[in-house]
Amino acid sequence: MLLALDTACSLVTVALHDGADVLVELSSQQPLQHGESLAPLIARALAGTGVDRRDLTAIAVGVGPGPFTGLRVGLVTARTLALVLDLPVYGVCSLDVLAVEAVDTGVVASDFLVATDARRKEVYLASYDAEGTRVAGPTVDKPAAVATDLPVVGEGPLLYPEAFGCAVGPVRPSAGWLARVVVQERAELYDPEPLYLRRPDAVSPSARKPVS
Amino acid sequence: MRNDGPLVLGIETSCDETGVGIVRGHTLLADAVASSVEEHARFGGVVPEVASRAHLEAMVPTIERACATAGIVLDDVDAIAVTSGPGLAGALLVGVAAAKALALGLDKPIYGVNHLASHVAVDQLEHGPLPEPCIALLVSGGHSSLLRVTDVTGHDGGVDLMGATIDDAAGEAFDKVARLLGLPFPGGPHIDRAAASGSSVHIDFPRGLSSRRDLERHRFDFSFSGLKTAVARWVEARERAGEAVPVNDVAASFQEAVCDILVRKALDAASSQGIEDLLIGGGVAANSRLRALAEQRATGLGIRVRVPSPGLCTDNGAMVAALGAEMVSRGRTPSALDLPADSSLPVTTVLV
Ligand SMILES: [Zn+2]
Repeated sequence: MLLALDTACSLVTVALHDGADVLVELSSQQPLQHGESLAPLIARALAGTGVDRRDLTAIAVGVGPGPFTGLRVGLVTARTLALVLDLPVYGVCSLDVLAVEAVDTGVVASDFLVATDARRKEVYLASYDAEGTRVAGPTVDKPAAVATDLPVVGEGPLLYPEAFGCAVGPVRPSAGWLARVVVQERAELYDPEPLYLRRPDAVSPSARKPVS
Repeated sequence: MRNDGPLVLGIETSCDETGVGIVRGHTLLADAVASSVEEHARFGGVVPEVASRAHLEAMVPTIERACATAGIVLDDVDAIAVTSGPGLAGALLVGVAAAKALALGLDKPIYGVNHLASHVAVDQLEHGPLPEPCIALLVSGGHSSLLRVTDVTGHDGGVDLMGATIDDAAGEAFDKVARLLGLPFPGGPHIDRAAASGSSVHIDFPRGLSSRRDLERHRFDFSFSGLKTAVARWVEARERAGEAVPVNDVAASFQEAVCDILVRKALDAASSQGIEDLLIGGGVAANSRLRALAEQRATGLGIRVRVPSPGLCTDNGAMVAALGAEMVSRGRTPSALDLPADSSLPVTTVLV
């Protein structure tokens, strides 16, 4: 019994997968409420399916890239739950989840990209082949610098249609597809470490300014 | 639950320390802290994103370390407590999410508590049951407050804010003056050390909000920004004149000005309420002069002073666990699983 969760975008998503199929998938309704929504969603997913927390055998977590504050909520939750319940944790690049969903639902049939919102007028971006295997990225860049006519999955083309003219497929990663990616080994699995792709904003103090 | 008190695990991530503490009732079993202070030193202050990243990396190892020290397994725990606020939003969130995962995974109640009340509750681990009512002077890099505590769990207005800083926190003033004197961050311990061989009456630095007019409106409030500027002016005048800056004397005189006003107002608060117990907490409570001055002046007024040992004064998980244990013992209602991290949680809200 796999618990899957992703907090790499503005909405939180949680799913349970029993090895054969996705039993339940829940998403938060309010954006940017990762800290509030995630634990209740997990509790609801368990209660709604009658799965006991001790029946879980593994945890899958999206490791981003995504806005840091929300991303960490998912990662620390996955790691801590794994500690308590003594479970393995599998990290998956959140862009890979979107890519596999796009391929398996038939919305792409050739090379494509996934672009998600990186804020600060930038996108997180990765390129995929027709099978949904990542061939480049993820990176973070200005939309204009990576503009393309290829099909683009994710929220990126909705935010920056001038750079990504061909918007297709899912907009946000789904925990149900994250679970499928892990169960079917459709993407590279990572340690549950965040893909920040940016250094922290920090400025060294300038020389002392006199007060008088 | 055993009859010697509930076993509570507390998590604290409001600033740059990842703290996980374990207590049984009033007994401290473990106080594991991972600090990212060295990563912030070159920036001269805590960088929120750097702190948040460090909390994520430190969380699981620190929980494991606390359990090993306490000689318990997580399943033994009766309840989880976590700092819900105030503090750095992104940093708090890591702790709150981890605490929820523990509560969920263990199927145990969670208490989201106030960081400041935790600074008060921690004293019970060292000096036994908290005298209620008491006055609490909380001073650190993030806060300078005077509280009237009748119930540390906040029940029935149990924690009341009598006064607070109107500008810089006391610890912030220590950091800024240390930088001015070329001493490393965090400034508190370095100023304390330099002051030990300096003269505290060398320079008469101003005591903020102590004039008769200020006292009418701000009797129990603090201000340290004018003091910081006065120190800067004094140092710059020396430098301009081409004279050496007597670092130890400046440190001692500055420290005296801070401690004098803190102690004066805290004792005034106690006397005004007819309260006979003063508790001093927060990182600045580790300052040797503050302790000495408070004890010296309080004796004459018949006021008892309680100061936790320095390790428990700075931010840690044990203080959160201590308050959590009090919540359980006094039968307070646990928090819901959608408990938020609230960076500006008011001091009067002790349990979220
Ligand atoms: Zn503190």
